[in-house]
Amino acid sequence: MADHTAQAPRTVAEIRDAYTDLTRRKRLYGGMLLVIFVALMAAGFRTADDRNAGSFIDGWHRMLDYPAEVLGEAAEKAAELPGHIVHFAPALFETLNIAAASTLIGAIFGTLLSLMSTRGMALWPALIPLFRRIADICRAIPEIVIALVLIFLLGGGPVPAMIAIAIHTAGALGKLFSEVNENASLKPVEGLSSVGASWAQRMWLGVIPQVGPNYVSYALLRFEINIRASAILGFVGAGGIGYELKNSMSWGQGRYDEAAAIFILLFLTIVVVDQMSGALRDRLTHGARVGAQKTGGRQAAKTGA
Amino acid sequence: MTTMDLNTAPLKGQMDRLFLKKRLMNFGIPAVILAYLTYIFFAFDVPGLWERASMENARTLVSDTYSYKTHVTRDNRDGTVSYSVEGERKGEYPEGVAPAWVTPGETTVIDLEDGHVVRFGPETVEYDIPGYGLVTATPTQGQGVVTTLPAGEVPEWINVSKNRLAITTDAGRLTVTRNRAEVFRYFLGWELFFFTLDSPYHGMGPVELLSHAVSGEAGAIWQDFWTNKMWRHSDVAWAIGETILMAFLGTFGAGLVALPLAFLGTRNFMPVRVVRFVTRRLFDFVRGVDSLIWTVILARAFGPGPLTGALAILITDTGTFGKIFSEALENVDEKQIEGITSTGAKPVQRYRFGVIPQITPVLLSQLLYFLESNTRSATIIGAITGGGIGLLLTQAIITQKDWEEVAYYIVLIVLMVMLMDWFSGWLRKRLIKGDEGGH
Repeated sequence: MADHTAQAPRTVAEIRDAYTDLTRRKRLYGGMLLVIFVALMAAGFRTADDRNAGSFIDGWHRMLDYPAEVLGEAAEKAAELPGHIVHFAPALFETLNIAAASTLIGAIFGTLLSLMSTRGMALWPALIPLFRRIADICRAIPEIVIALVLIFLLGGGPVPAMIAIAIHTAGALGKLFSEVNENASLKPVEGLSSVGASWAQRMWLGVIPQVGPNYVSYALLRFEINIRASAILGFVGAGGIGYELKNSMSWGQGRYDEAAAIFILLFLTIVVVDQMSGALRDRLTHGARVGAQKTGGRQAAKTGA
Repeated sequence: MTTMDLNTAPLKGQMDRLFLKKRLMNFGIPAVILAYLTYIFFAFDVPGLWERASMENARTLVSDTYSYKTHVTRDNRDGTVSYSVEGERKGEYPEGVAPAWVTPGETTVIDLEDGHVVRFGPETVEYDIPGYGLVTATPTQGQGVVTTLPAGEVPEWINVSKNRLAITTDAGRLTVTRNRAEVFRYFLGWELFFFTLDSPYHGMGPVELLSHAVSGEAGAIWQDFWTNKMWRHSDVAWAIGETILMAFLGTFGAGLVALPLAFLGTRNFMPVRVVRFVTRRLFDFVRGVDSLIWTVILARAFGPGPLTGALAILITDTGTFGKIFSEALENVDEKQIEGITSTGAKPVQRYRFGVIPQITPVLLSQLLYFLESNTRSATIIGAITGGGIGLLLTQAIITQKDWEEVAYYIVLIVLMVMLMDWFSGWLRKRLIKGDEGGH
């Protein structure tokens, strides 16, 4: 803005001219951006439509046919629905287990990655860029890539999905955790190192208590995402509810009641976990409103900023 | 003093309880985590995994990603010898052309280096193994494969039976059956990455290629590279384009749909409670029906392709964006809107100048953040619906032998996601001043 003040207009008319000029130019740029954006969207949509097997115009009114068919059949056989839900509960449980285990393992490795890549906390400060790149790469690999390769090596089942999701989770949480770490105070760490604490003790006693609530809140958010991911991976052969869904869909017409039961189970699970983790996260980041006021208040003071 | 004593006792008790609780938490939480992981260890049958894991598959996968093999095959019935990369038709050497390490003739001599030599004679196949001796095998119609080995015990890398001989050494692999004899020789690298064998530019160095390009063959060179049958560069480029297109259309389409709907779900812009409630439940419903289910439903209506993927992302994210945007709209500062209203602005102008500028930073940063994560989702959705790089990847994995292509696609996917990550971060910084890399 320095050059702007150098040739600042003096009279009101000049100021007004300069302002209208600026506004006009801003509006022009904004308009141009908008036109480019709209053109990109339109061209993109046309390309996608061309390369799709069925076009949007032909398909959009058929969009609700399949859900209607499934739900209609489910309503017809409503009496069998509870039985199906009980039948598929173990598969759902496996999906939840995959998500929980991979979130836990991912969070543990994510914590290590984030500590290793934060200045002032890293065990080997020279290797900070290396650990950051490792986290970036882990985050960039879609789960399905690792899952498919591992299914080839280990055979189908929950373990390939768990490993695949855990790797991605470690990268994603590693990045979020290191942002949290950067806001943590280093004074406890210095204090601990002055009494001769080892690296692990410094981290466990000096850093983790500060960042714990935020870590847990991010991990819960990740757990929600991972339930969806593990359902999807089941669809490509990694066990759990997704696998059952694929099977029951391939039975085709007449057996849609099973698919409907799975749809309902998956929907309810996601909604329930969403609500629960939302409430829990709110409590963690804004502090408990009732009970244990001392700890709650301190947490709020730490993380509320 | 007595009153003080009376007051400290319960306080001390409270503190003791707090400390006990903290101590329990300190040991309890890791113990619970450990117990859960132990349970998972057995529930997922990790010990049994080692038995089911296929080391053979692992070896092929790893060696395939950094090396390739050239097959030299003799049809024992008519004695013709053919050469092909990876034994695939699209990697065949043209008629009358042989690799430099093979000397064709009455007896085809195949040099596997380090003294390993295989000779395809008119009748007999010989393999000269240094440090072991000469192995000969004669395929006959009547008695199967007649093999003579040097004296002594048969080493485990030689597999002899009546109708088949297989020798695996570090230099290569020879199999002789009644109908054919085949030699594999392994090379480092990805074969025919730039040009296939039928292209005149195969085997040229970069300098030579450049001189050809300068003398007016640039178009032909590009054509040969682009239509490479082995690596299908044009298909791969299209697939990546499709994946990014899915993410782009899905993310921004969702933003466009969600923004007007978000107004309906806010306390300050939507006075009718029923509409507010219905809109919010709609967002919850759309979010709760997982993208997997949307993908399945949409694939039924539109068939495989990028449009299906884009719509699946669009619908799922409409719910998420709707929720985020309405939260942002509820936090809008009323004073700016009042100020605009006081100048006599109409409702549309009020929204345009009073509301939109306030939520633009949240809006843009969320859109760009999701653009990156949707690039990853688009890969996964593509693998299910059949579109983009996800489809190519699953196809390559299903063949269970083109692992070099799998490795290539994985590298491309990782680069694509990292590039989108960098791009969205860069754009976020340019468009939203003062955004500190968060949300």
